[in-house]
Formats: sequence, structure tokens, C-alpha cells
Amino acid sequence: MPDTRDLELLAHISGGLPLCPRPYAQIGLQIGMDEAEVISRLGALKTQGLIKRLGVIVKHRPLGYRANAMVVWDVPDAHIKQLGGQISQFSFVTLCYQRPRHSEWPYNLYCMIHGKDRATVLAQLAQLNQACELGDFARQILFSRRCFKQRGAVYQAPPTTVTANG
Amino acid sequence: MQTTTLSALHKRLLNDFQRDFPLSPTPYRDIAEQLGVSEAAVLAAFAELDRQQLISRIGPIIPPNHIGASTLVAMAIPAEQLQAVADKISAFPEVNHNYEREHRLNLWFVAVASSQEHLQAVIATIEQATGFAALQLPLVDDFFIDLGFKLDLQHA
Repeated sequence: MPDTRDLELLAHISGGLPLCPRPYAQIGLQIGMDEAEVISRLGALKTQGLIKRLGVIVKHRPLGYRANAMVVWDVPDAHIKQLGGQISQFSFVTLCYQRPRHSEWPYNLYCMIHGKDRATVLAQLAQLNQACELGDFARQILFSRRCFKQRGAVYQAPPTTVTANG
Repeated sequence: MQTTTLSALHKRLLNDFQRDFPLSPTPYRDIAEQLGVSEAAVLAAFAELDRQQLISRIGPIIPPNHIGASTLVAMAIPAEQLQAVADKISAFPEVNHNYEREHRLNLWFVAVASSQEHLQAVIATIEQATGFAALQLPLVDDFFIDLGFKLDLQHA
């Protein structure tokens, strides 16, 4: 589990690494941590999987990937892990999650598909439906329209409690 | 949307450093050496990508269920009120992604807080401030989280 210093570090780096010759030293200055400790803690957080990746986070839309759909299915709970694993193999899928069903929203499997245009995304979805045999399950396709906000999660530190939830 | 002409350096910075950004005291110099350009050129190119809003940031992707508490939230907002409601929601520092989607549930955002109590307080405040119900869809399991994305920048 991350300790308080890890959470402080994540809170200060989640907005982005500064563009200067010694960015890790600069982040460290804000929380009284030396450069070597910043680097070793980030390395450890990556190894533990608490940082999934560290690097350039691109904005898809201005780079020509104008279409983005969130696709949801209602699949049997017993098969969701296997189906989630299969869906994740496709390169155009950027996220794949299980979320709880609600009476007004009875879907439990979510994935995000990015493509250059709507037709491409729909063709990719057809490919998924066929390859993973998802065609018989109830589903919804929600293309995105306006993006009101996109930035990294800001973890207010130090937290009073850490709850394993998402 | 403006059409941007990207240099070869811009393209490599966009595609080759989405994962495993150098964890050394001088990451930009390491990248510069790898690409055979100067550190100043790398810093200037990243600044330009940032200025043109082609990158969100250089930073970590943190999976949602390990640190703090977070949830995806869906709301059904009448079209004529959507921008105003979305702006109110975006103003919360706990909200990081906020999108309009094509559905009756047309506003989708992610809220992140240091604890479940804090998260629920934020959602309650949002419901009160907007007058609309928030459908909470927290993560149960993740099969795959954005591990970067190979961009086809041939025509960019």
C-alpha cells in the first residue's frame, strides 16, 4: 500500500511533470523530498502497479481521432472476466471495466473505443461483437459529443482514509 | 479544429514516450540523446505540443481502485441546460473527466476523492447545486486501463 509520502508525491505529479531540465527535483521541492527519493518512489509505485504507466498523455481529438464511443453490454456475471479479457486484446480499445448494474441502467461491461471517425468506430465495434460473440447481449453505444473537462485525477493529500473503491 | 502540421520530432514525442518515461534526473536530456537532438529542442517541442493542446500532460495513469475513492457518474440533463450544468460540475476540483454523450443520460463525469466520505459529500453537493440526480457507477473490476495508444500520424 502507498504511504502518506507516496500520496503527497502523486498529488503533486498528477497535474503533470514540469518542463525543465530537472523535473523530478522540481516536484520534490514542493513537498520537501529530494530528487533521488522522488525517482525511487515513482519506480516503486510503477512496480506495484499503483502507477499503470508514466509518460505522455495525448489528447485524441485534436490528433485526428474525432470519434470516441463508450460501449456497454449486459453480460452474465459468470462470463464477464473472460469477455473483458478478450475485448482488451483489441488495439482500438483503450479501457475495459466492470461496473454495477442499476435498475435504470442494466449494463455491467464497459469499453471505450477511439477511432478517426464514426464509421471506423462502428466497424470496430462490429468486429468486437463478432469476435467475442457479444451480439446477443443488450448493449448501448454512447458516442461522445462535447468534452467539458479532461485532466488527470487530483488526489487531495494527505487523505484521512483510503478506501479501496473505484 | 485547426489542422496541425507536426514535425518528425513532435510525432516521436507523441508516440514513443507514452509509457516508460525516463525515471532519471534528466529525462528530457535522455530523450534528446535517444532522438539525436538537443535537450532544449525536446523541451521546446513538448511546450509547443502543450500550447497546441495536443497533449494533456506528462504524468502518471493511476488505476482508480487503489488510491482514494472514485466513481463514474451519469446524469440526464435537458439539452438547453447542459452547458451550464456541465460548467458547474467541471468547476469541482474532484471532477477530472466530463463529457457529453449521445443518450438520455447525456452527461458523464468521473469524480475522485481521498476517501469514500469525501466522494459522497461531493456527489451530494453536485446533486444539490444542479438539481439533477447522479447515477453512480463505481468500478467493480478493471480488465484493461489505457496503456497508451499507437497514433497513426501519417497525415497529421
